[in-house]
Amino acid sequence: MNDSFLLDGEEIPFTPGQTVMQAAASAGKYIPHLCWHPDFAAHGSCKLCTVKIGGRFATACTVRASAGQEVENRTEELDAKRRTLLQLLFVEGNHFCPSCEKSGDCALQATAYEMGMLTPHFDHFYPDRPVDASHPDVLLEFNRCIMCELCVRASREVDGKDVFALAGRGTKSHLIVNSETGRLADTDFASTDRAAEVCPVGVILKKRVGFAVPIGARTYDLNPISAVGTKREPQAAPLANDAHEKEAG
Amino acid sequence: MSFELETATVASENLRRVAIDPVSRVEGHGKVTILLDEHNRVHQVRLHIVEFRGFERFIQGRPYWEVPVMVQRLCGICPVSHHLAASKALDLIVGATKVTPTADKMRRLMHYGQILQSHALHFFHLSSPDLLFGFDSEVGRRNIVGVAEKYPEIAKKGILLRKYGQEVIRLTAGKRVHGTGAVPGGVNRSLTADERKDLLKDVYQMIAWSREAVQIIKELHQQNPALYDHFGTFRSNFMGMVAPDGSLDLYHGVLRARDADGRILFDQVDYQTYDRLITEEVKPWSYMKFPYFTSMGPENGWYKVGPLARVQNCDSIPTPFAEHERRELVAYAGGKPLHATLAYHWTRMIEMLFAAETIKELLQDDDLSGTELMTSGERRREGVGVIEAPRGTLFHHYQVGDDDLVTMANLIVSTTNNNQAMNTAVREVAKKYLDGREITEGLLNHIEVAIRAYDPCLSCATHALGKMPLEVALVDAEGTELDRKYKQ
Repeated sequence: MNDSFLLDGEEIPFTPGQTVMQAAASAGKYIPHLCWHPDFAAHGSCKLCTVKIGGRFATACTVRASAGQEVENRTEELDAKRRTLLQLLFVEGNHFCPSCEKSGDCALQATAYEMGMLTPHFDHFYPDRPVDASHPDVLLEFNRCIMCELCVRASREVDGKDVFALAGRGTKSHLIVNSETGRLADTDFASTDRAAEVCPVGVILKKRVGFAVPIGARTYDLNPISAVGTKREPQAAPLANDAHEKEAG
Repeated sequence: MSFELETATVASENLRRVAIDPVSRVEGHGKVTILLDEHNRVHQVRLHIVEFRGFERFIQGRPYWEVPVMVQRLCGICPVSHHLAASKALDLIVGATKVTPTADKMRRLMHYGQILQSHALHFFHLSSPDLLFGFDSEVGRRNIVGVAEKYPEIAKKGILLRKYGQEVIRLTAGKRVHGTGAVPGGVNRSLTADERKDLLKDVYQMIAWSREAVQIIKELHQQNPALYDHFGTFRSNFMGMVAPDGSLDLYHGVLRARDADGRILFDQVDYQTYDRLITEEVKPWSYMKFPYFTSMGPENGWYKVGPLARVQNCDSIPTPFAEHERRELVAYAGGKPLHATLAYHWTRMIEMLFAAETIKELLQDDDLSGTELMTSGERRREGVGVIEAPRGTLFHHYQVGDDDLVTMANLIVSTTNNNQAMNTAVREVAKKYLDGREITEGLLNHIEVAIRAYDPCLSCATHALGKMPLEVALVDAEGTELDRKYKQ
């Protein structure tokens, strides 16, 4: 018989070695997160999954589940802190949802809706990070990066390529491409790489897809992220409009 | 060059230029400045508008597929126009010289839904208070609430007409405002049989109400021709898009222009060549350019666009009720072009009727439920898209690099095409009603009525229930400000 812990008063079973996040996800319970992904090792950087265990703050993606734990998750106190974290992420980048093709499929946007974030609150940084359109099949829109490092991990651990990395420190931190020129075209990155699929926001975009998925059919159009959870679909395939794609490729 | 009353000829040291900081977006801010001499004679009248120029710059460097969604944020009233004009231009970039029948008809339906809702909004919500109560009527009542109290049936029909148009947009674009339905090369959705059935159910009522609206404005003209035919009236050229057979088509076609007497200036012009046809003049006192036909020069080459131009530019309207009304208009004008500023309302309502009838015909077409949504062909680097937006001819022109990023964008929005015409209308009204008088609220509204007839984008503020911010400054020849009215 599995051990169990309490998540917001509800009993959650776990197997030894699972984190609180893994056990909750297995049980279909949503703990807000951005940098965590079930296929990759925990990163513990975005802090969205911060919960209270026995009255102390801890990140659910890094803390191992243990029998009898009492975990607070969706309390107003914690969601308020998550809103602040989200607001910081929104103002650090340029997240113009109205014209972003990831709108409706974006985990940052969906999490902000879930947390009831209504305004950015803080002053915007308005960073100026030029897009990298050098690659024939993939566009990089660095202005939307939340530095979850999922692409870094996917490229390194799954694709074996090390295409991406974070550079700089503090508020100067930013995503870079690991080539002499800094351009994606000068790496061995391919649109079939796992790193091309894993971005939770609108940084790594397959070219010429754009707004192919109509409003109403996007990932979070019908259900909030708390219901969709980790069952996110990969980025939609392009519509039947690939003649020029082949030409460009 | 300068037109009469555009720039005062009195020594500049005796005149003071009133400068008001521009706002970043045109929605909601127009400014009229008037310069007077010591006898309160009008020496200069200018309508200043801050236009959407910024978009042309920040679109550069963006991926082309983002553009139709981004540029529609130019406006909250007729975003579909920008959405479709951009999509048409970018069709050419992806080599889609002819989109599929389903894509073409879905876009047309979206566009005519847009025409219906925008024209209904303008006539019923924004202009009917002036027309039904009078330009000098009590200001507290001169709004849609006043109309709803005195003419509840008219107000209700206006609101429901607009609602229907918005519903057409929602089903074709995904949202009532700022949807994503059109994409370069086609559309991302088609309609189900049930969706078409639901829309068809109410369309006959919309046609009936649109016919009534034409009657309302037609009767106002007939009851008071002295006012309606002469208020802010001036002669000018007309320009608009027509179908290749010369009939009215607001979605796609060729460019045609007529002179003030109705003679064809040019016809069957492929809009891809618009930049050889039109030159945009820059004037230091306005953020909006002044376009004119290059071959005729700035003095004689300026023109009107929008409903008044379109309904008189075409040879026919392909729907029966609207065509009947067009013929009545032509008969009223005695075979000559009607130049009356207030006839914009009449022609706008004829177009609304045309839109309602066209929506009905489109909804009966099974292509709307087709599955072939996209097409493509040989990649190009440049494309021009033109559409007849509710307010007039709208040009979108893009160049795209091999890396898929936009390298150049040029937009001539409908209101820009009407810039000289609106300025002329305001000057005509100023000469007739302001000369030597003290500014009153009613006088100020006369200026607004002339501007409003064009339904310019600056009236996006008027779209907030008649509250078009407008500033009028009265300055004497010594540079002393005599009076200033600011309407928020």
